This record gives sequence, C-alpha cells and structure tokens, in this order.
Amino acid sequence: MNNGIATSATTYEQMLLDLAHADDRLMVLTAENRAAIRNLPERLGDRFVDVGICEQTMVGLAAGLALRGRIPVVHALATFLTLRAFEFIRTDVGIGRLPVKLVGAVPGLLSDGNGPTHQAIEDIALMRGIPAMRVFCPSDVQDLLLALPAIVRDPYPWYIRYNAAEPAVSHTPFMVGRAEMFGRGTDVALVTYGFLLRHVIDAATRLREQGVSVRVIHARTIKPVDGEMLLAVAADCRLIAVVEDHFRIGGLFSVAAELFQANRIAPRMISISLADRWFRPGRLKEVVDREGFSELQITSRIERALAVPEASELLNEHTPVFAPAIL
Amino acid sequence: MYTELERLALRVREHIIRMSTDGGCFIGASLSCADLLVYLYARVLSISPSRVNDLDRDYLLLSKGHDVPALYGTLAELGYIPRERLRAHLSVDDHLYWHPNRSIPGVEFHSGSLGHLLAVGIGIAMDIRLRGGRNRVFVILGDGELNEGSVWESLLVAAAKGLSNLVVVVDRNSFQANVETEQLIPLESLEDKFRAFRWTVKTIDGHRFDELEQAFANLQEMQGPHAVIARTVRGKGLPSIERRADRWFANFTHDEIAQLLAELHQGDAATLTSQTMIVR
Repeated sequence: MNNGIATSATTYEQMLLDLAHADDRLMVLTAENRAAIRNLPERLGDRFVDVGICEQTMVGLAAGLALRGRIPVVHALATFLTLRAFEFIRTDVGIGRLPVKLVGAVPGLLSDGNGPTHQAIEDIALMRGIPAMRVFCPSDVQDLLLALPAIVRDPYPWYIRYNAAEPAVSHTPFMVGRAEMFGRGTDVALVTYGFLLRHVIDAATRLREQGVSVRVIHARTIKPVDGEMLLAVAADCRLIAVVEDHFRIGGLFSVAAELFQANRIAPRMISISLADRWFRPGRLKEVVDREGFSELQITSRIERALAVPEASELLNEHTPVFAPAIL
Repeated sequence: MYTELERLALRVREHIIRMSTDGGCFIGASLSCADLLVYLYARVLSISPSRVNDLDRDYLLLSKGHDVPALYGTLAELGYIPRERLRAHLSVDDHLYWHPNRSIPGVEFHSGSLGHLLAVGIGIAMDIRLRGGRNRVFVILGDGELNEGSVWESLLVAAAKGLSNLVVVVDRNSFQANVETEQLIPLESLEDKFRAFRWTVKTIDGHRFDELEQAFANLQEMQGPHAVIARTVRGKGLPSIERRADRWFANFTHDEIAQLLAELHQGDAATLTSQTMIVR
C-alpha cells in the first residue's frame, strides 16, 4: 500500500498504531468507544486517553493537545460526536483551526437497530458547515486505510465518517479533493460515498446488463469535493443520481447543487437519500431494503427516471415518514 | 509589601474603565477578576512577553471570556502589547473585542462560549505531563459559568486523570449575568462540590494579595487538580457599581468615564445615568 509510511496494516487499529509509531505527535482519544481501537490502550500507553462518556470534554481536550502540537484522533459514535459535542467542534477545533481528526462510528444507516437517537444522518451537513473542516466518507476499510496517513498529515481538522466494511472495489491512491470514477457511461452517473458504494456498484452492473450506459462516482472527500469531476459528470451524463445515507438537506446532493448553481448549470439530478425523516431501525440489510437503497431499488429508481425524461423531483416524496412510536 | 501590585491593579482598572465607553464592555466581571489576574501574571505565572510561545511556559486560560478587559489591561501593563493598542478596543481593524482570541500576544485561546476552557486546559496539562514538563495550567472560571454541564464533566475527567499541574480559579463574584448566583442556581457549598469531585480546594479573598499569595504557594506539592475559590466583588473599585446586578455590561458616556476614573482614585461617587441591563 503506497501511502507514505511503511505499513502492512490491514485494519484501522493497526494503521493508527503504525502512524503513531511513525509520528509521536499522534494521540488516540475516545469517549469510551473502543470497538475499533480495543488493543491501543496497552500499545500506546499514555498516548491513549479514554475520557469516559464525555464527548464535549474530549473535543475540548483534543483542542488543548493540538495547541501543544499534538495530532489527536478522537473517537465516539458519530451522533454523539457531531451533535453532543458540536459546539466544541465548531468553537474549539473550528475557530482554532486545529488539526484534530474526528472519527464518528456507525454513521448513517450503519446505526442499524439503534433507533433515531443514534442516527447520524445530518453529520455531513453539520461538519461541512464549519470553516476549514474537511470531510471524508470512506466506502470500506481499504479506502479508510489509504486515506488515513494523508489525513493525519494534513494540517486541517477532519471529520471521518468511519466505515471499515469489506472492500467494495479496488481503490486508487487517495488524494484530498479527488473522487474515484468507475466506468465512463453517459446515460446516468451514480454519485455516492460510504458503505452504499457497494450497493451502487451492484446497481450499476445491473443497469449495464440492461443496456444503460453508467458511471459511478465515489466522492471520497465531501469537503473539499471534487468539483472538476462533478462538472465533467454534469457535462457528460443525461442524469445524475446522488445516493447517500444522509438527510437530503445538507449532504452530497446539496453540495452538488451548490456547485452546479455556482457554475450556472442545471443538470438533471435526483436524490436517493433520506428525505425529511428518520429511518426505520432494524437489521442493516432490512434497513437498506426498507429505505430504498438496495441494488434493485436503486436500479428501478434510475430506470423510472430515464423513462420519463421530463419528470421533476418533488423534494418531499418518498416512503412514509417514520414516526417512532414512543417518541 | 504589595504596593507595586496595588499600583499595577489600579492601572489595570483604569484601562478597564476606559474600555467601558464607545461600545462598552463587561465591566463588572472585569473589575472582579483584576486583582486575581494581576497577581497571577506578576507573581505566579512562569511567562514573559518574550516567552509567549515557549513550551515551558505556564498557561492562563480565561474561560469566562467576557472579563477580558482585565486581561487586556494586564497584558498592556506588563509589556505583552503596547498600552496604546487598548485604544483600538472594538475597532474592526484590531482584535480587541469582548472576548479573547489568539491574535493578541499572551492570550492562549479564544473563549466566549462558557464551559469550554477547562477541557482545553486538561489537554494542555496532559501534554505537559507527557513531556515531563513542570509548567502549570491555570483556568479562570466564572461562578455563573459553573451552571454549564461541561464544566462538571471536565472536573470529573481532570480528577480521574490526576492532573496536579492544573489549577482552576473561580472568580466567585456571586453574580450570573443579571442575577445573584444564590438567587438563581445556588452553588453553595461550592467547596464541598469541588472536594466531592476530588479536587483540592481553598477559599480566599480574591482582592487581597496576601491571601492570593498563600493560595498559590506550594500547590504543586499536593496531589491535584487544584481549585481556588476567589471571593470577589463585582465592579470592585467603583462603589457606584459594586454588586450592582444591572451593571454587568456597561457603555458609559465620556463624562461618566471621567467621573468613574475620579471615583477609582477616591473621588466622589459617579452619577451614572446611562442605560443599565444591557443585553450582549
């Protein structure tokens, strides 16, 4: 793996450890969320800090460490990190422009059976709204490991939407602000990030079998976004479908719309996302199916859109609103 | 014995008063922590204008933030920034506004949102300990600021990590913004609360240099973290606004400023007619 350090790491934990050995500025923090870093306490000693369930203190503490020249990599569930500690991220890390790396676990649909308290589906909107903050949404463990050395070296604060799924595809080397493209089709571009890449790749295969000319764009960094790639997509493709496990408001669909408006173009674009609603909790596979993100559902959505070229998207359509029974 | 410190504190109070016009400032809290800041900078902190970026320096973090005129005045008197720079208070061309920020030499970090800098101080103290340093971190908290849950979270974490190089100083002026603390969200017994959170704690008169001296002597020899509750008077030095709930923030006329400067130097009490209970 060519990413600037000597490593044969195949896990996130091993990669962090290798990076910590290569650079003694790196420290690992957690708000008692140790699933992905369970062996690091004994390996890193005092450079591993568990603050207990204190997300706000953890982020402020990380800012203090960064003021002293450290590179803190902090861990918590994505919701509690980006919501409970939001003001600390925005005010201490953001205004301070400090190189704190925020790693949010079980983002988006990956919170599966937890319910709406744990659904980080506005995390990208929140994090990208902070000046200087950068946002990376890996599709799988290989993508995550390719990016981590560059993110740790980068002087900016980062939000990593943690996902260490089995690789969906073989990735190209990571570059900040560069997306990946799979295929060069011109009927439709499926633009996505995170674990949904796997479902999107499968949907693309199915569409190609039906004679649809498809390309898949894997955004990787949502901020900075690969504007060049998105503008090329707008120029080349009849339809752009942004597929994301995030609220429609403020995610990649919004990013693309902002970019196109700034360039005074209006390509046809649909959003396969979570409209103004929480998702129905359950086993991940069932959640994916229920919420319209399976390869079959993505495929039929694209087919319908291509069949009716002039159809306009009603931003509030989609499946019934999930209203939690006890909330 | 403390004449020099008293003179210094008086000059800092003059600066604070001069900043409370043409836009104004949070004068009450600034005056309550003036002696405290003067004492720490002049006698306790291992720091100087030429060492503001030294890794070995002591840190002072002003967590409540709106008392920053006291810090501006102290930094100006001790040579961190030119005294003339204080005239740029609230100018958009400079960085001297109602809350601190790092563009001013000697200011370690920005604040303004309450309940943040104890956590930041824990991070700094932790790194100092990791490097084997002997320097210390002082965090000034307002007593109203103790309403914030994040403070108590951080108090737990600092104690859990046994940070003996961390000192919290509470500017206990007994006021929230516009209401007395004990009338709104009572804090007493505050000493007991710190002790229960496994902090060492001392209560002193925050305007007496002999008590300040005693409070900060030998702190390192005890297992920390350490809390010093400095009992202070909001508006200290100006009887016409002392302990006045409505003089949290003030934007006085130039005539009132002249009267207040005279009052500070034992003149007659000022006659103040400008607006009170200003919301900022």
